[in-house]
Amino acid sequence: MLLIQCPYCGPRPELEFAYGGQAHIARPLKPADLNDDEWAAFLYMRVNTKGVHAERWRHARGCNRFFNALRDTTTDHFLAVYKTGEARPALNTAGGHS
Amino acid sequence: MQRFSAFSIIRRGLTGNESWRPQWRRASPKASYDAIIVGGGGHGLGAAYYLAKEHGLTNIAVIEKGWIGGGNTGRNTTIIRSNYLFDESAALYDHSVKLWEDLSQVLNYNVMFSPRGVMMLAHNVHDIQVLKRHVHANRCNGVDNEWLSAEQAKEFCPPLNISPDIRYPVLGAALQRRGGTARHDAVAWGYARAADALGVDIIENCEVTGFQKDAHGAIEAVQTTRGLIRTKKVGVSAAGNTSVVLGLAGVSLPLESFPLQALVSEPIKPAFPCVVMSNTIHAYISQSDKGELVIGAGTDAYTSYTQRGGLHINTHTLDAICELFPMFRRMQMLRNWGGIVDVTPDRSPIIAKTPVPGLYVNCGWGTGGFKATPGSANVFAWTIARDEPHPINAPFTIERFRDGFLIDEAAAAAVAH
Ligand SMILES: Cc1cc2nc3c(=O)[nH]c(=O)nc-3n(C[C@H](O)[C@H](O)[C@H](O)COP(=O)(O)OP(=O)(O)OC[C@H]3O[C@@H](n4cnc5c(N)ncnc54)[C@H](O)[C@@H]3O)c2cc1C
Ligand SMILES: [Zn+2]
Repeated sequence: MLLIQCPYCGPRPELEFAYGGQAHIARPLKPADLNDDEWAAFLYMRVNTKGVHAERWRHARGCNRFFNALRDTTTDHFLAVYKTGEARPALNTAGGHS
Repeated sequence: MQRFSAFSIIRRGLTGNESWRPQWRRASPKASYDAIIVGGGGHGLGAAYYLAKEHGLTNIAVIEKGWIGGGNTGRNTTIIRSNYLFDESAALYDHSVKLWEDLSQVLNYNVMFSPRGVMMLAHNVHDIQVLKRHVHANRCNGVDNEWLSAEQAKEFCPPLNISPDIRYPVLGAALQRRGGTARHDAVAWGYARAADALGVDIIENCEVTGFQKDAHGAIEAVQTTRGLIRTKKVGVSAAGNTSVVLGLAGVSLPLESFPLQALVSEPIKPAFPCVVMSNTIHAYISQSDKGELVIGAGTDAYTSYTQRGGLHINTHTLDAICELFPMFRRMQMLRNWGGIVDVTPDRSPIIAKTPVPGLYVNCGWGTGGFKATPGSANVFAWTIARDEPHPINAPFTIERFRDGFLIDEAAAAAVAH
């Protein structure tokens, strides 16, 4: 089970969280202007990164807030957590596995 | 190819078993091929076999980064069934079940297909409605599936606990008698041996690391850890790694890769006659011919490429197994493991051409593609050979997500199997 750092509550077991998938997919501001390919990209296409993945988590059985995390999908190590609305943090690639 | 028969086994046994030869050659990459399959799982090896057998393409290779059958083919719980809801799915999965029925004879390799019956349990009103809808839809498509009361379900599977006071009581079940299991490794090995005999090179420990395209953007070569190999046709069957491989060619897909886990118990005498699945409480179980109980869990919540998941997923499944089959409560589990499954938004596969000419993809089988191995490989080979889909896989395109023609099998494939 993963140990996940909620930016509001601290480290908690994975069972308290819900996974929210790829982060930073903004809902289109003018939906009517999108063509079918753009809709498909928004709804269905996912980066599915092997490596550092920016993703959403929700502390569903805790403070119930969404936040974002960077996790290495080849090790499942969390590299950073940050609040919704904040930019994806730059990683110091020389280490930083927590 | 040395053919297997009772006679050959006795004859070679009497002469010290020294005349057996390896079942396929250890091939090294040639400079070029007419077609290359990426991924030596059952789907990739099967596609190579059908390309050679049915389409006369024998100057081809299967490229596998590890060892053949080491991916999900060798990690799954081997449940085979075709009771999916929609017409498109019924055609695809039933094509596969029909190929399973004589696969051992066709390949001259015992894949141990055992149509012992697959029973899916209903635990609430919603389950009953969904499963009955499947029974009727399947029968309209000529796919066998029948509704059983709880008592009939227990008759079919005596270890089943149908007492009304368990947490999720069994209210009935849908039974597909033609469903069952097969031996996972044997499927990979059987296809490898038969493809090799037709001239296909099976190249292990060789990872595809890039694609080279010509001036028109069509495939002209693949880069691998064992050098550049020229080819104009590449079929990718890389399961959980498909996004990575197609990403090398600049193609993005509606896929997410999740860990899916399974576990086996210590071996015991034959005690469990069929396959039982419960989508609602996330458990499925059968007994292998070695005697182990083979138990599958649900996917982990997050995407990953680690081929392992959280232990709590397995314990959750074992809670359900112990409740449904109290006689297994004191059994010991021997091993657990994970595979990485590539899941589409509509839980149906993609078997199609890609936007890159000469590049074809067979993916999105998620938690349930073992059952489809022969059928999927068969129509994928057709698609690669003719540069157009077979009528059976024509609906399973990438463009369906753009055009809104989803094949939503979330109910049939809700949990792993
Ligand atoms: C625990 C578990 C239980 C399951 N239970 C069932 C079940 O009961 N019934 C069912 O129908 N399905 C089940 N499935 C799903 C099923 O296993 C898969 O859908 C199916 O086996 C996929 O076969 P494949 O040949 O496409 O993939 P794989 O067997 O995974 O083969 C893909 C191959 O591609 C190779 N590869 C990847 N990237 C590269 C590269 N860059 N270069 C070269 N090679 C590469 C990999 O090493 C791998 O060997 C289960 C899966 C799991 C993990
Ligand atoms: Zn919190």
